[in-house]
Amino acid sequence: MHEMSLCEGILQILQDNAKTQNYTRVHRVRVEVGQFATIEKDALHFCFEVVCRNTLAEGAALDICTAAANTWCMACGKAVVIEDRFSPCPDCGSYQLQTDGGDDIRIKDLEVN
Amino acid sequence: MCTVCGCAEGEARIEGSTLHSHDHHSPESHETNHHYGHGPAHAHAPGMSQTRMVQIEQDILGKNQEYANANRTRFSDHGIFALNLVSSPGSGKTTLLTRTLTELRDELPLAVIEGDQETSNDAERIRETGVPALQINTGKGCHLDAHQIGHAVDSLDPPDASVLFIENVGNLVCPAAFDLGEAAKVAILSVTEGEDKPLKYPDMFHAADIVLLNKIDLLPHLDFNLEACLTYTRRIKPGIQILQVSAKTGEGMADWYHWIQATRAARLVGHPHSQSSSACR
Repeated sequence: MHEMSLCEGILQILQDNAKTQNYTRVHRVRVEVGQFATIEKDALHFCFEVVCRNTLAEGAALDICTAAANTWCMACGKAVVIEDRFSPCPDCGSYQLQTDGGDDIRIKDLEVN
Repeated sequence: MCTVCGCAEGEARIEGSTLHSHDHHSPESHETNHHYGHGPAHAHAPGMSQTRMVQIEQDILGKNQEYANANRTRFSDHGIFALNLVSSPGSGKTTLLTRTLTELRDELPLAVIEGDQETSNDAERIRETGVPALQINTGKGCHLDAHQIGHAVDSLDPPDASVLFIENVGNLVCPAAFDLGEAAKVAILSVTEGEDKPLKYPDMFHAADIVLLNKIDLLPHLDFNLEACLTYTRRIKPGIQILQVSAKTGEGMADWYHWIQATRAARLVGHPHSQSSSACR
């Protein structure tokens, strides 16, 4: 899919921040991926390594953590956690669920020098 | 590939021209433009040799979102009602669109942006209806992005208060993630595709604002379970409107036109381009 271009997006953010944050090397990048984000983590790892060759982030580690979506079950009237977009409420089995977020792809922080 | 959007640099084309080159990630252009991260003279700070943590908190799709927001503001300023049409290849999107254009062109100003990997066949089909159309070829890209749409709108210059149909690349995966600045995403699903498609491609159906279930004239010939399809779609997006249409026979198309007219009119309330605002004195 578009993991390669997302990695180029990450690299550009690293390059853009190098000057303002005073660093020349990036050793680790921590990315938070929403549980429903349209992204394959394995593909992201693969592309990140390729995209970062011969750049300030060459060989940098990529840590991907998952952020859960906020889901509200209208039948139960409470917040629940679901695995997939098409899963029912784990408590009552209703599909009347409202999800908020869970599709962001964000860089959280960097280890640099 | 373009870092903003995923269009492959040098591949994406707007009909009649090539997209301007995306300078923002070629190393050469960084030398002349940005100077970020290239050597100690630019980026080295004394006493900073230890590794340290830097908080960034930056959205990786943020660039596309900036372009999308700019498009949305522009559409709003001109009273343009933009619809992003998404579907898998072969759902009858272009046939549905040409029929819509033919039947609405006397009532509303219309314009079309066509996205396909290659060829301008679809834009030519659209122009045969008399409606202005512009083709974007994404080359190796799998979706349209907000940046391409901004340039296409520059060239096409849709009339004020028009309905702008953006026919996205036939793909139920990637276009879900890329906001173009549209007022609504319209997902088109045909009954020849199988009733469980909303479950197989949940991201797209979750992102959609309305679903058109096309080719319903073929239902008697298929084992398509209509009720299951509606149930599955509403599992992904509770409360979503689903219109059953046939772009071939015209069945149900009036509902689709009503939706366009009503949604557009609601968005134009209080807008300088609203016809009703001049009528209400």
